[in-house]
Order: sequence, then structure tokens, then C-alpha cells
Amino acid sequence: MAIFLTKDSRVLVQGMTGAEGTKHTRRMLASGTTIVGGVNPRKAGQNVDFDGTQVPVFGSVADGMAQAGADVTVIFVPPKFAKDAIIEAVDAGIGLAVVITEGIPVHDTAYAWAYASRKGNATRIVGPNCPGVISPGQSNAGIIPSDITKPGRIGLVSKSGTLTYQMMYELRDIGFSTCVGIGGDPVIGTTHIDALAAFEADPETDAIVMIGEIGGDAEERAAEYIQAKVSKPVVGYVAGFTAPEGKTMGHAGAIVSGSSGTASAKKEALEAAGVRVGKTPSETAELARAQF
Amino acid sequence: MDLFEYQAKELFAQYGVPVPQGKVASTAEEARAIAEEFAAAGKPRVVVKAQVKTGGRGKAGGVKVADDAADAEEKAAQILGMDIKGHTVHRVLIEEASDIAEEYYFSFLLDRANRTFLSICSAEGGVEIEEVAATNPDAVAKVAIDPLTGTPDSVATDIVAQGKLPESAAAGAATAITKLWDVFVQRDATLVEVNPMILTGDGRVVALDGKVTLDENADFRHDLESLASAAEGDPLEVRAKEKGLNYVKLDGQVGIIGNGAGLVMSTLDVVAYAGEERGGVKPANFLDIGGGASAEVMANGLEIVLGDPDVHSVFVNVFGGITACDEVANGIVQALEMLEGRGEDVSKPLVVRLDGNNAELGRSILTDRSHPAVRQVDTMDGAAARAAELAAQK
Repeated sequence: MAIFLTKDSRVLVQGMTGAEGTKHTRRMLASGTTIVGGVNPRKAGQNVDFDGTQVPVFGSVADGMAQAGADVTVIFVPPKFAKDAIIEAVDAGIGLAVVITEGIPVHDTAYAWAYASRKGNATRIVGPNCPGVISPGQSNAGIIPSDITKPGRIGLVSKSGTLTYQMMYELRDIGFSTCVGIGGDPVIGTTHIDALAAFEADPETDAIVMIGEIGGDAEERAAEYIQAKVSKPVVGYVAGFTAPEGKTMGHAGAIVSGSSGTASAKKEALEAAGVRVGKTPSETAELARAQF
Repeated sequence: MDLFEYQAKELFAQYGVPVPQGKVASTAEEARAIAEEFAAAGKPRVVVKAQVKTGGRGKAGGVKVADDAADAEEKAAQILGMDIKGHTVHRVLIEEASDIAEEYYFSFLLDRANRTFLSICSAEGGVEIEEVAATNPDAVAKVAIDPLTGTPDSVATDIVAQGKLPESAAAGAATAITKLWDVFVQRDATLVEVNPMILTGDGRVVALDGKVTLDENADFRHDLESLASAAEGDPLEVRAKEKGLNYVKLDGQVGIIGNGAGLVMSTLDVVAYAGEERGGVKPANFLDIGGGASAEVMANGLEIVLGDPDVHSVFVNVFGGITACDEVANGIVQALEMLEGRGEDVSKPLVVRLDGNNAELGRSILTDRSHPAVRQVDTMDGAAARAAELAAQK
């Protein structure tokens, strides 16, 4: 069944006609995703050819939903236009909006999140600045390479793109139900907790791997949630033990401020909640493997 | 991007937030000239304030009151060039001395946990707000701000009331807060902090200090360049920034290059663990060359990392996701050739770990090209151990 994204998902791409959008639409199609259209008001009514597959361009997300039954949108538009793209998706009431765009001003993301909340959070937002969501063998919404792993029974949630790929690779023999890249920005839509809740409820997920990194207290809050609500085994990894205070490590959200946001604090909180935490990605993979 | 106090106050003034009059000096003579202007205007007493992007400058002796222009020159001479927590003082702000009746605290900031904004207000200002929050949490009001509706008068009035500011300051503080919100939103700030916000003897509310952090992602709608000071800090970090590289200098011996922020952070940890058993060698830097890992970016990255005299060995850790490892392998070889062409020394050992998309092909390319500096290890943990070992042998 997987979470958030299944073989029945009908995917729109906002920004499909841009360079990144085109490249990744081709990849998503090649991995078997049902792409039902792109969104670009200036090119509405046109078709784009992807190696022989004709993909229509709609004038809006709402049109894509009405005319092609879309229920997922993947957003590739440049940072400048991302807030409006998210709001358009929310206004259309689409079920899932995966925001790949990197470099969106945090005021824009905070505004868009507040807007989505005001509308009752009918649209699940994943990202921004994330690699997307993949349910191997079913559907792929974003930029995660589809050939790293196969379908299986591990659920993966991670802030980081390449660490997600690394973990998928380490455990490729077991396979994954769904991998969710939630993104490394200070404000994100779907959190570790949201993904943990969905994996807990998913009958096709037997164990969960959670990857965190320095900054904020999302991992600590996830630990509390796991203790209270998650019965499935959870294995964790936290990156950034050697990160110095006050230096941003690549992701806008990855910064240790004073005593808060350290990797050690996150590891301790997770372990106190019964999560087995690996020292390295490969040790984490071994801990996950031991659950099967 | 953090602003200096004087830049923050210039922004405040643009938005109508009351601030003391002041000017920036980078020499003691300039400081004297500014103080003379104040004296001529009937304000001989000035404050000389070190302009550094770090806290605790008062305790470090970076803020001094001067009674006249000669005194201001002397105080400025003492403060300029001072080292405050690793920051050299290049400028001082010369400001009219304020008549402080009371000190409060106010800030707007990003509340990550709740995916929104937060205002913090307290009648106990002028000290570390974290300390107040720890010892007397009731004295610190935290009021969530809805990004959709912002901080109109009604919200500002509520913040001031919750912060328990006295009646005499309430109206002035609320007005200042609505204007600080404009700064926060219109300039894409992630932090606007005023500590202290003061009530003067004649009943005015004034921002006596200012700390502002701007969101660099919003540079497409702001002129951040005019606010950027000459890059300070580590020369390698400055050079890396010029090349558009995501680089942070650390104090170890193993240079690190990888693709993706999370993977690079993880690489630092794995190298540090390996180093614990090998003479305590540590990672020398953080460098994320991004998902693409092109030859040119790789060359620029290698140049910075190899240019660090502390580096004894380099660990190149790439997981081929969208980019195939054969492209990365070619990139590494081309980068080394590029650097040799530029006359750079590329003799430090390079441990390369390629995994993921087309890893076999990538590895065979590196094997075939057999560059003397390059050795390959197939796993991340194994490669980290090898790089640490090579650094420890040096």
C-alpha cells in the first residue's frame, strides 16, 4: 500500500516545461509514474513529448485535477514563484504537493504553510528543498533515483537527499515501502512525526528508518512521538556529531545554536524512546537489517 | 546573513523605529570627528560601541562611554583592533548617550517547531534573555505571530501587555513593534532583536541595540550586496565563498569533499570516529559540492581543500544518485589534471569512495587512469578509516 504515494497516484508537474522539471519528468515517467500533465498557464493546451509519451500542459492545478484526475503535484518552479505555486496547489485542494525547489525564502514557506493550515491542511505538503517521495515499484514524485532499491517493507523518512539514497542503497536487498525526503529547510510541511504516523498505520511497512541531522528539535519531538504512538521497530541515524556551533552545514536548517540542535541531544532523545541509533549509515543499516 | 548593529539600526530608522543618533568610524580620528559633531549639537557624551557580529561585547570591554571628543578618540583607539570571541573590531559606532530609565527586551524570530513566527517580549531587558527565561520564565512572554495576518496594532498591544511592560512605555513600544514587524517581513529577516529596547527619562521608547539576520534565499528581491561586509574569518572560507562553494573550515587534518549536505555531515562524523583510533586525526572541513558534482566544481573544491596546509589526506565521498559515478570519476580525473595545469600541488593522497549509480564503471575509470594520488575504497566506513590512517602517518 505504501504511504502518501501509490501505483494509483496521478501526478502533475508544476514547472514541467523548465529545465529541471523536464529532466525529472522524463525520469519519473521512465520509473513508471503516472504523469498526467504539467502546469504552465502560458503553455496550456500544448503537449510535451517525452520519448514518445505525450504529456498535456494544463493552465492550472485545478484544471489538471478536473481534466486528468490528478491527485499529486510535484513542484519544480524557481524559488521566486514557489510560494504562489504552493498556494495554487492548496487552493485547488490537491491531496499531495511535493516541493522540490531549493532556496525558497523562509517567509514564503511560512506564509504558504500558514495558508495551507488555514485551509484545513487538506493538501499534504512535502518539502521544500527535498528529494521527494518514492514508493518503489509504484510511483516516484520527485528526484530520488528509482533504480537504487526495490519494493520492500522498510519505511524511510529523512531530512537529507544523498543520505536517503545511501540508506536505500545499503538496504536495497530488503527494499522499501516508501521513502520520504522531508527536506532540510527550517520550515517544512510534512515532518518526521507525520511520516512515522503514516508508516505506523501502513500494513505494508514492518520497520522504520528515520534519518535526522543537527538543527531544530524535530528529532526530539519525533522521539516523544515514537515513545507514545509507534509500535513498529524504529532505527535512527543522526548526522552532524562533529558540527561546530554557529556554522551552517549546507542545509539552511542545519545549524547548532548554543546547546540546542546538537546531534548528541537528538541521539539521546531517540535512544530514550527505544530507538536504536547507528553511529554510521552502514551501522544503522545493519540495525535495520536485524529487524528482518 | 547577520548585520552589524549600525546596519540594523539604519534599517530600523528607515522603517520609523526610534534609534539613537550615531555614525560609524573605522579610525580613532573619525571617532573624534563624529564626537565633535555631537558636542557641537550639545551632546558631548557619546557611547563608543564595537561593531562585531557576536554577543558579549559589553563584557569584553567593547562598549565604552566617552565624556568628550578627546575621550571618544581614546576609547575608540582602545576598542578598534580588539579581538572579541575571534572577531576583530574594524569599526565602532559613535552614538549619542541615552538617558536610560528602563530596559526591556523584544524580538521577532522564526519558530521552526511550529512552522511560524514568534515574538518574545520582556520587561527585563538589557541582559541575556535566555538567562531571564531560565530563572524567571513568567517574565518572558512568547506570542506566536500568524504569517497571514502579521502584527497589527492590536497584536502589538497584546505582546506588550503580556511582556508586562509598564503603562508609561506601552504605547511607544507597541508602535515600535509594528514597525519592527515591517522590517522583519519586508526585509525577509529571520531574526529582529532589540535588547535593550529602552524607555528614556523623557518617556520615549528607543531601540538601543539591534540584531538582524536576513535570509539569503530572499536575495532575488533585496539588495543584500550593499549590506554585505567584506567577508571576514578564515581565508579558505572566504575563497570558497568567492567560488560559490559550500565550505566550512574545521580544525582537523582529513579534507572532506562529498555530495549532499547530509552525506557530508555524516562523512565528517565517520572520519572523526575513524580518527579516534588513529592518533586523533579529525575532519579538516565541510565541503558539499552538490548533487551534480561536475568536474569544474570538483576542481574548485579540490583546490580549496588541497590548499589547506593542515590537510594531510583527502576523502572524496560521492554517492551517485542522479549523477552517475562514471561522470564523477571522469570529473575527479579532469579536476586533478586541471589543477596540475594550474600548477597546483596534487600530491596529497586522495581516498575516493564511489557508490550508487554506475559505481562499477566509475571505479574502473579511476583504476584505469591510475593517478598516483588516488586510491579507492569501496565502502564509506573503510574509506574513512583509510583517509584517517593516511593523515595520521604524515
